[in-house]
Amino acid sequence: MSESQKTIEIEVLRYHPEKDKEPHKQVFEVPFTDDMSVLQGVQYIKDYLDGSLSFRWSCRMAICGSCGMMINGEPSLSCQTFLRDFYPARVRVEALSHFPIERDLVVNIEGFIEKLESIQPYIIPKEPRTLAQGEYLQTPEQLNAYEQFSSCINCLLCYAACPQFGLNPSFIGPAATALLHRYNVDSRDGGKAERMELVNSEEGVFNCTAVGYCSEVCPKQVDPANAVNQNKTNSAADYFLRFLTPKGGAK
Amino acid sequence: MEMYKADVVIVGGGGAGLRAAIAVAESDPTLKIALVSKVYPMRSHTVSAEGGSAGVKLATDSLEYHFNDTVGGGDWLCEQDVVEYFVGQCAEELTQLEHWGCPWSRTPDGHVNVRAFGGMKIERTWFAADKTGFHMLHTLFQTSIKYPSIKRFDEHFCVDLVVEDGRVQGVVAIEIASGEFMLVEARSVIIATGGAGRVFRENTNGGVVTGDGMALAYRHGVPLRDMEFVQYHPTCMPGTGLLFTEACRGEGGFLVNKDGYRYLQDYGLGPAEPTPRNKAMELGPRDRLSQAFWHEQQKGRTIEGKHGSVVHLDLRHLGHAKLRERLPQICELAEQFLGVDPALAPIPIRPAVHYTMGGILVDGLCAAPLPGLYAAGECSSVGIHGANRLGSNSLSELLVFGKVAGVEAARFARSVAPGNSASLLKQAQAVEQRVVGLKTKSGGTERIATLRKEMAQTMEDGCGIYRLAATMQATCDKLDELKARFRNINLEDKSSVWNTEWLLAIELEYQIDVAQSMAYSAINRRESRGAHQRLDGFEQRDDVNFLTHSQAHYVADGAPRIDYGPVKITKSQPGTRAYGAAGEKAEQERKASHV
Repeated sequence: MSESQKTIEIEVLRYHPEKDKEPHKQVFEVPFTDDMSVLQGVQYIKDYLDGSLSFRWSCRMAICGSCGMMINGEPSLSCQTFLRDFYPARVRVEALSHFPIERDLVVNIEGFIEKLESIQPYIIPKEPRTLAQGEYLQTPEQLNAYEQFSSCINCLLCYAACPQFGLNPSFIGPAATALLHRYNVDSRDGGKAERMELVNSEEGVFNCTAVGYCSEVCPKQVDPANAVNQNKTNSAADYFLRFLTPKGGAK
Repeated sequence: MEMYKADVVIVGGGGAGLRAAIAVAESDPTLKIALVSKVYPMRSHTVSAEGGSAGVKLATDSLEYHFNDTVGGGDWLCEQDVVEYFVGQCAEELTQLEHWGCPWSRTPDGHVNVRAFGGMKIERTWFAADKTGFHMLHTLFQTSIKYPSIKRFDEHFCVDLVVEDGRVQGVVAIEIASGEFMLVEARSVIIATGGAGRVFRENTNGGVVTGDGMALAYRHGVPLRDMEFVQYHPTCMPGTGLLFTEACRGEGGFLVNKDGYRYLQDYGLGPAEPTPRNKAMELGPRDRLSQAFWHEQQKGRTIEGKHGSVVHLDLRHLGHAKLRERLPQICELAEQFLGVDPALAPIPIRPAVHYTMGGILVDGLCAAPLPGLYAAGECSSVGIHGANRLGSNSLSELLVFGKVAGVEAARFARSVAPGNSASLLKQAQAVEQRVVGLKTKSGGTERIATLRKEMAQTMEDGCGIYRLAATMQATCDKLDELKARFRNINLEDKSSVWNTEWLLAIELEYQIDVAQSMAYSAINRRESRGAHQRLDGFEQRDDVNFLTHSQAHYVADGAPRIDYGPVKITKSQPGTRAYGAAGEKAEQERKASHV
């Protein structure tokens, strides 16, 4: 039997708000080759078996962050998860956990976007500098302090992995905390005090129960759990400092 | 229908669109900006750019060198006044991005580092490891959040421009989550929707790169310029077309054929030396390297793979540590998608479509012939790429010209009065009726995936690395046929919420229009220049007849009309385009003749 004749079953969680009361599963049989990603399998379904299947995707190379799904129950990027790792067994594909489903594999991520916008994710200059003065000097060590946290592609696998976010959707969560930390530890930035208010707030880092699954599923080794934990320390220090300094801590 | 009144609307939330939005906000904070994007901005295809962004940095480099590399690299089909402005702005724009937080890779003393790239005399590529586009895009997106006048319409799909009284006055978009239409009124419109590489089969592009903005402007009478020039990137993953950055070669990688031989030395790019020499061998320009691959294939010196012939990108001699530091994403791609550790084994690669040099005709201030319309980035043809883009110039382009487009669109918006809302709405309702008709009509039999695949295949067959009149004609005919068959499509999905089958159909219609502009421009250019190479009696560059920009004009229900416009030559007369030792000799002769 030639390879092009092999097939694999993909079970997809379907949901259409205009038709369905609740999500239901549907199984498709898709041609299998050993270099096919799960995304390619899902694309095959859309192109040839059922044009109504909806999902997000774009770059195909794990950098645009669009195609996160639960694959056999694990938050994964479908473009870099391969069918060969499941073959010949059936693969189960569902929308990312902990987010409202808009349709099929598409979830509503507006809540995350609002969190991202709320953390002031931009340089608040420590020392303003004109373009004529050229670049800020930043040594490779200083770059290294935040580079990993700047590598987040906003794919939201970490939110799908986070049990606390599942219980409390207003929890700021792993990726937004990593991004906040990324700016706080950038040598060019002086905005930490403003951002720490959010870290200390009810929705801040102390919601985290240190499960660490967020860092496990991260496709870019951002290690958001590390950012969260560093901010717990910062936040605790901040708490005690506010009794010592006239205008609160983190100055 | 929902209506939103903006002063400036920007279509496209990638690098150029975000840079334009920030420029509008900074030039006049009272202007209301609507940023309409079919994906969340950080999903835009800028995210996939890897190697870096050009800007003169080293004391040994100069604006003149950047100018000469760009104009020569473009085979003299560049607007030289625009190139001159461009090279003068790059470093400042890249510094601006540094101030906004872009994590540029650094030298040990803390300055921004630069690396070598193809076709470049002196190293001038600013880079953030090998995820430069990703970092630039996220920096721009996150910085844009600072500006309260920028109102984003994320996951809103633009379906038409609204033109009245001879000027563009807004756009009509679909809110993807609901399927509802909306009119965004504006006094000026910036198109920043990126390229159209997905009209080809094997390409490096994300699924969103479907030429939407090009088709929108084109259908409203704006010519698409130089569309026959489509860049094949020489080092891509077989099958998927995913990109292995030129920085692999900038850092010292080799290209070898099935005998382990560095074959580029046989194509005027030598001599082969153990370390990279600028503008030679692996650091030659992309068009030449992709063409050399084709010749190796003809000679039977490539390796047969599952997804066609391949050669090898050999990075082993760079060593594990340097690969992880400079090319971490390349290592991940090779390992995860191909099971190859680049420190231990060479990577199989072949050329794939990467970039559309041409685009919406605009002047040096990003203004299209339609008043109020501006364009920036890959969707535009501002004139800096000519017949072949130099690696690293596209990321700088979206900064430099994104800003220009923003400033100019803001100025235009202030100079005109708002339009007549009632009559704009009437137009928008007609657009809605037409676009909804695509999904509600019945009786069609064509499947959109089938049409899309036939389009992509015929573009590869007729408009590939080397071209022949007969196959280009077959492609033109096929595209005409596909355009006719499109009228007979059938969508299974008639619903409203997240109907991506419907959006794919609209994209396909954009793509067929853009593909026609490419194929008809190609068959009419009877010479070989840059990325447009013919093998049917037009193998040479012909400056007498074709030192001229092609302009494709949209013709409803027919083939595009092609005419030509002048090329602006200021200080660099067309010369022999040579690289390697031959290039150095030619440059010395040029210098001597000027003494």
